[in-house]
Amino acid sequence: MSNESAREASGASNCLPIVDYLKLGEDPHLVANQCVDCGARYFDRRNACAKCGKAEFVQTRVANDAVLKAFSVVHRAAPGVPVPYVSAIVETGDGTSVRANVLGLTDPMAAKLGMDLRFSVYNCGSDDNGTECVAFGYAVV
Amino acid sequence: MTRFGRYPELDSVDLAATACMDAMVDGGVTIHDMDVLGAGTLFQAGVGMGQRVQKQIGQTGIPVFNVANACATGATALRTVYLSIKAGEAQMGLAFGVEQMGKMGLLRGGEKDEATIFEPAGRYGAVAPVDGILGTETMPGVFAQAGMEYAYNNAGVGFKQFARVAYKNHLHSTLNPLAQYQKQFSMDEIMGSPVQSYPNTLLMCCPTGDGAAAVVMVSGERLRSMPSEAQKRAVKISASVLTSDPWVESGQVQPDVNTLTRNAAAQAYEAAGVGPEDLDLVELHDCFATAELIHYDNLGLCERGGAGDFIDSGAPFRDGRTPVNVSGGLISKGHPIGATGVANVYEVTTHLRGEAGDRQIEGAKVGLAHVIGLGSACGIHILEKSAA
Repeated sequence: MSNESAREASGASNCLPIVDYLKLGEDPHLVANQCVDCGARYFDRRNACAKCGKAEFVQTRVANDAVLKAFSVVHRAAPGVPVPYVSAIVETGDGTSVRANVLGLTDPMAAKLGMDLRFSVYNCGSDDNGTECVAFGYAVV
Repeated sequence: MTRFGRYPELDSVDLAATACMDAMVDGGVTIHDMDVLGAGTLFQAGVGMGQRVQKQIGQTGIPVFNVANACATGATALRTVYLSIKAGEAQMGLAFGVEQMGKMGLLRGGEKDEATIFEPAGRYGAVAPVDGILGTETMPGVFAQAGMEYAYNNAGVGFKQFARVAYKNHLHSTLNPLAQYQKQFSMDEIMGSPVQSYPNTLLMCCPTGDGAAAVVMVSGERLRSMPSEAQKRAVKISASVLTSDPWVESGQVQPDVNTLTRNAAAQAYEAAGVGPEDLDLVELHDCFATAELIHYDNLGLCERGGAGDFIDSGAPFRDGRTPVNVSGGLISKGHPIGATGVANVYEVTTHLRGEAGDRQIEGAKVGLAHVIGLGSACGIHILEKSAA
């Protein structure tokens, strides 16, 4: 999607991020709970770090640049899920793995392992109150 | 074991009881010889399956362990009985795995609800189902990504290598009367069948289905008091290992099926005192073609990074260096989830006894059975032909 519509998506007054680790506003990005001791990152809350067992975390910004580590072109999904789409595991510039869709490919089979990607947000629907849901993905650079 | 397939006229208790009775008759023993029962089923984990089956095969008051452990459920039931015997609390025990899935279709992946009012919910504060928006939660997709990650890190792995795995397993299944599907397909048919989650096409995915398998386990001491024929047919469990997934960086977004399999394999080879080069056959967890390929590497069947060459060389075909999934594997034999981790032990055992008929791997002395369930759990059993 274009940067312009991404800005519209994140700047809308009545919108919600699809998940709480997506932060909207002028500079949309992901955040993670990072273990103060070992640096392991988690998108959900943890009682203790699954890597080292320590229990102190700090919220940290996740880098927006990424490379495509693994993908699947999904043609069969639950009813109501539009297909095909490119599901991906990306690795961000600061070494965090994220699961998301690859955006902006007219031919899904054009996805290539190792390709450079950039974090992007877009509107993915609205509820009965007109509140918009903003999702994220990774667009081809 | 029962043939895997679809049994709308039966229920899972019927299937499990059939497998249990067959196993006891095969061993020349009865329910009165059993000191413990291990019962594995995933989708009916809450019903007390072990006790329900006891009503069909004999209520003798022995302890029952009902277990659920994803796709490693059957292996876990087996290991529960193994541990009871090893601990000296039991001399003989029965373990079964069963599942009745019918035509469940695609596993995982949430159905989309029409929007009403967005409200953050759950551990990630999601306002809507994220499957299909933040990547895939479906099994064909998750395992496709696992395969593609391997392809990213290792040369010589692509669509053709994955397809060849399915080609092999469909070919093998034609010799196994217990397989859900027993049909050979060409590479073109496999690569041209409908894409589920690229690179996994329909013919590279296991079906859902129904079935059960059971084994009788006995201590060495108790075995020595049994008839010589039973001693000859008994196989030795040289290793029984269960692992879970240790932390890896990407584990929170993509289940790691590799590390726990590598760990389990290392433990199993050490316990059994054998190496991958000693294996005459392997039944491994090919829920999808992409999964089988990466487990060649995880189980040490090939050089590190060499899974593409391994399948290209023909090594895992039944006439190759290390036959893999001569039963047809999950892809063709079927994957009634709770039954799978017992059925692969049945398969290896049948070969070690020399009783596998048309699909017999001649002279098989050592075999390995592997299952993995997402979440994750990995079970490995190494079996050896009896010296008796």
